[in-house]
Amino acid sequence: MIRLDGLTKYYGDIRAVHNLSFTVEKGEVFGLLGPNGAGKTTTIRMLTTLTKPTSGRAWVAGHDVVAEPLAVKRSIGIAPQHLNLDGELTARENLEFHAKLYHMPRHERGKRISELLGFVELEKRADDLVEGFSGGMKRRLLIARALMHRPRVLFLDEPTVGLDPVTRRKIWDLIRSLRSEGVTVLLTTHYIEEAEQLCDRVGIINEGQLIALDSPANLKRKLGNFAVEVYHEGRAERRFFPTREEALEYGAEHARCKACDFSVRETNLEDVFIELTGRRFE
Amino acid sequence: MDFLVVFERELLTFRRRFWRYLFSGMVNPLLLLTAFGWGLGRGIQLEGVSYLNYVVPGIIALSAMNTSFTSVGVTLNISRRYTKTFENYLVAPIAAHSIVLGKVLGGVLRGLLSATIIILLAFLYGAKININLAAIATILITSFLFASLGMLVGMIIWSHEDMNTFTTLFITPMMFLSGTFFSLQGMPAWVASLIKLLPLTHASLCLRAAMLGREFPVVNFAVLLAFALSFFFASIVAVRRSSE
Ligand SMILES: Nc1ncnc2c1ncn2[C@@H]1O[C@H](COP(=O)(O)OP(=O)(O)OP(=O)(O)O)[C@@H](O)[C@H]1O
Ligand SMILES: [Mg+2]
Repeated sequence: MIRLDGLTKYYGDIRAVHNLSFTVEKGEVFGLLGPNGAGKTTTIRMLTTLTKPTSGRAWVAGHDVVAEPLAVKRSIGIAPQHLNLDGELTARENLEFHAKLYHMPRHERGKRISELLGFVELEKRADDLVEGFSGGMKRRLLIARALMHRPRVLFLDEPTVGLDPVTRRKIWDLIRSLRSEGVTVLLTTHYIEEAEQLCDRVGIINEGQLIALDSPANLKRKLGNFAVEVYHEGRAERRFFPTREEALEYGAEHARCKACDFSVRETNLEDVFIELTGRRFE
Repeated sequence: MDFLVVFERELLTFRRRFWRYLFSGMVNPLLLLTAFGWGLGRGIQLEGVSYLNYVVPGIIALSAMNTSFTSVGVTLNISRRYTKTFENYLVAPIAAHSIVLGKVLGGVLRGLLSATIIILLAFLYGAKININLAAIATILITSFLFASLGMLVGMIIWSHEDMNTFTTLFITPMMFLSGTFFSLQGMPAWVASLIKLLPLTHASLCLRAAMLGREFPVVNFAVLLAFALSFFFASIVAVRRSSE
């Protein structure tokens, strides 16, 4: 559904994305992870025709993003990282206007709007101007807007940032149900446990380059399914082992001094992320 | 018919803000009519008519210019740079010309409102002017021209400050120089021909002829139309190119 082949983007001298190649299958939820400035948003902007690649090619729903932008635009929905709702319109008007831009027939519009406003729990505020909404409310409306015209491919750039835990889980359920309907989803997030929960596969990029791509389970297995953390003078040192026994053995061996302590736990995707990008991320 | 969707969005805020637009749109015309038409112009004749009658078409032309240019240019600048709402048009499956036409028509509407305000005020000040088809067509084309210029400049210029600079360097001088307040007859030829490079000059010549019942200068109208179409198509190209 999405294919990148050597996709590269320079902004002047800044290399935002470098030689990115991967594919996302139909009905897959794909997570693009990476530290701030890694190039996630730039990649999404190229895939959604907003920015032209410096070199390389990409296809979305079978259409070249540079040669056939209109065909690409017809098949995608986008929730951008920045909240770009129209503050001068009400929530309902925002969705209505969006539906018209995407040529939704009138009889479908009204039903879909109340369905989505209900889902993101904004019915009560439906006729208020969006400029008066809280950040989380805007984020919810942004997601509703992306889904409005039932796109086959969804791009969600940090869709759950600033959402309360209950709403966040609702959005997770929504993404899962979209997957079961065959919608392809490419999302970015800094909540690594979110990617672990949701994504069939994740790609980790750093400084514009792909440094890992696999299912969360495989990535963890490659690192070692068990993590030992040895604490020493307030610092934690982390090592990974394929089995719990090896992990325990290492811990016992290296935490002999009185002031030392250690714990063994299962590896999570955040460990993988930190090991690969070399940065602590809380 | 996608441009209608874009236009409808402009119409929505136009309706919501109508009274604000109406009252703020009255301030400048009142000042200009008072200072030039009534204060300075009492007893003065120009090109054979009273100065008030002479200057009203000029004021209409410059107000249509100001309003349609600013209403499109400034909001476009904000929606590209600050609110990022312009992206919603760029990712939607609609053509660049639909975006431009919808936005420009929104600017034309604002230009028409400001022209109407002045015409009504001018009657209160006792101006004797004709409202005919040629006058209405000129006002329409003038608003279309400067709304398109607003679109073009808004697509090219990124910073709000540069937007103001453009207004100071091009729009404001045009307000005063384009035969709006004074006659081009009797000017040195080279000055007159420089002034004729300004699109607003042709607008005020056409409008004055139409409103004072003189022979309509078809050539000036054609020039006006040519300016309007060039700015319009140039801004379509600018929108197409906006995915850097
Ligand atoms: N319009 C632009 N002009 C110049 N440089 C840009 C532009 N957009 C992005 N960049 C640069 O490209 C690089 C990648 O930015 P990008 O926004 O894609 O990162 P990101 O992975 O989305 O980061 P974050 O997690 O903070 O959202 C950064 O170095 C950034 O400064
Ligand atoms: Mg980003």
